[in-house]
Amino acid sequence: MRKQEFLSRLQGQLSGLPREDIAERLTFYGEMIDDRMEEGLTEEEAVAEIGPVEEIVSQTVADIPIAKLVKERVKPKRPLPLWAIVLLVLGSPIWLSLLIAALAVAFSVYVVIWAVILTLWAAEISMIAGAVAAVGAGILLFCRGDGAQGLCMLGGGLVLAGLAIFLFFGCRAAGKGALELTRRMATAIKTRFLRKKENA
Amino acid sequence: MDVQLKRGLLDVCVLAAIKNEESYGYQIIKDVKPYIALSESTLYTILKRLELAEMLTVRSAEHGGRLRKYYRITDTGLKRIEDFKEEWQEILSIYQFVTKEDHHHA
Repeated sequence: MRKQEFLSRLQGQLSGLPREDIAERLTFYGEMIDDRMEEGLTEEEAVAEIGPVEEIVSQTVADIPIAKLVKERVKPKRPLPLWAIVLLVLGSPIWLSLLIAALAVAFSVYVVIWAVILTLWAAEISMIAGAVAAVGAGILLFCRGDGAQGLCMLGGGLVLAGLAIFLFFGCRAAGKGALELTRRMATAIKTRFLRKKENA
Repeated sequence: MDVQLKRGLLDVCVLAAIKNEESYGYQIIKDVKPYIALSESTLYTILKRLELAEMLTVRSAEHGGRLRKYYRITDTGLKRIEDFKEEWQEILSIYQFVTKEDHHHA
């Protein structure tokens, strides 16, 4: 890929970001390519060393706060005509409530994910408590001379303890997974605010 | 390597690359790469972060008929390197403790 093609692709995929953010990045990567060519690399080699455009785009999206992305997206390119403002105000009962609903949906998805994690941990804690109680009761029954019942309790308690150990690793993995999932969700939502335009 | 740890180390590595004299993007990449993986997009993020934290300053200067950005370390940046050296002493003594324990059991 040539330098110009690389930069215009990058510009296209970043469109939707504030203009100065795009310009600064284009200068940065342009300089990186020029410096490599100065050291004797061909244009294609220099571009290849920079890595894929997509990687730069996802890093950029991760760096820019969502508020800035939204603000840039809703900022009108030229001042709104009077009728548009009137329409916006009159339409606010509709679009405002739709916006709130969308935010509420996103928020509830977030809550649901973490509720699952919370439930898993609650199950884990009750299993541990159950295991401790059953082992204790088993020993107590033994001391009283109820051998068979005591053994039964003790066995149950140990099975619970074993399950609790298994579930502990499950809980930890699920927690990590949920963290990754919510992180990806945030990136996906942010990416929605980029205007997809190839070769803009 | 742990993500948080790597992030902190990369900041200090970039500062170290401009510690003695001002430098530019590609030179920083070349200086740091033998020690820790550093991509262009990561470097951009780090340079921005360090600039915001006033650990370095940026200026554009002409080079071979085009503009190139040069990064210069500030006193705050130098202090960050010194802090890092102190933190590292602590980590080293923890490391020695950990490996000594290993030896004991072996």
